[in-house]
Amino acid sequence: MALVDDNLTAAGVAMEGEVSDYLALLKPRVMSLVVFTAAAGLLVAPGPIHPFVAAIAILCIAVGAGASGALNMWYDADIDAIMSRTRNRPIPSGRLDRQTALMFGLVLSVFSVALLGLAANWFAAGLLAFTIFFYAVIYTMWLKRATPQNIVIGGAAGAFPPMVGWAAVTGNISLDSVVLFLIIFLWTPPHFWALALYKQSDYAAAGIPMMPNVAGERSTRNQILVYAILLSLASLLPLATGLTGWVYAVPAIGLGLVFSGLAFKLWRAPAEQMKRNARELFTFSLLYLFALFLALVADVGIARFLEMIS
Amino acid sequence: MTAPTEPEMLSKEDSDKLAKSRRGRSIALALVLGALAIVFYALTIVKMGPGVFNRPL
Repeated sequence: MALVDDNLTAAGVAMEGEVSDYLALLKPRVMSLVVFTAAAGLLVAPGPIHPFVAAIAILCIAVGAGASGALNMWYDADIDAIMSRTRNRPIPSGRLDRQTALMFGLVLSVFSVALLGLAANWFAAGLLAFTIFFYAVIYTMWLKRATPQNIVIGGAAGAFPPMVGWAAVTGNISLDSVVLFLIIFLWTPPHFWALALYKQSDYAAAGIPMMPNVAGERSTRNQILVYAILLSLASLLPLATGLTGWVYAVPAIGLGLVFSGLAFKLWRAPAEQMKRNARELFTFSLLYLFALFLALVADVGIARFLEMIS
Repeated sequence: MTAPTEPEMLSKEDSDKLAKSRRGRSIALALVLGALAIVFYALTIVKMGPGVFNRPL
């Protein structure tokens, strides 16, 4: 019998995985938001960039984000198996083994950082490497299981992509790109705590210290409201720095009012309505970020167009 | 002393399924490598210009 055939035992079959399992390791839905915000950062950054280099830069940021997703699933397989939301991921469902996910994540991390360095610049590549490190090590391995502030600090990882996109064009960090970071940074806690409010039994079962389980629903709702108001104010900062004008200001103010309004509704909701209002805020928060960054790109694009024809 | 037990072998269906998923992964990897080659070629042209070919051999 040939040596390789020794692997063809019933146990080995489950562990090799389909192409779709590898794609699932990249967390495609998180990736879509990363691609969008990174592209926005890249588009509004001042300075020329070749369209092909821009496309490769966004691809690299997307693959880097996917790689940190794979590393997250490698490390978190034990708790993913407990939560209903994550039970069907490739590792807890037995379609891939952990070692494969680790290697996949490491290889993609190295390739995405190296390619971004070669295509754009090494400052952006370094920032991408730091983002992957921050999400996989600081958030996943350390803070997620240690503190109810996990989302707040871990949210920084999700806030880096527009800065990386910006750095791909300019090769540095500026006040404007820090403002983009700040907007996503403040957006993450109310977004995730709204989810945690109606999924808290899941997190409790897995032993993750999410805010509603540790500090209680009341405190979580207070904090959501505070972050919502801070976010609405921070979303006006691109006006103060001169990055954008009224094309951005009008939707930003409107979106901020709705976000704060929904957070307020959740804050004073009676217990039996709480989960429904939390779900409402969670759903809107996704639309909010998408619309806000779209307005940002539209504003800068229109301003550049007007400048070009004048 | 007992003889070592033979590992349980795959059924025909499982073996076919395995071959199919391996083929899928191989094709996906080939596409990724092909795309990477094209990307590096195009990046070279974009960053260095067609002048990359104008050099003494």
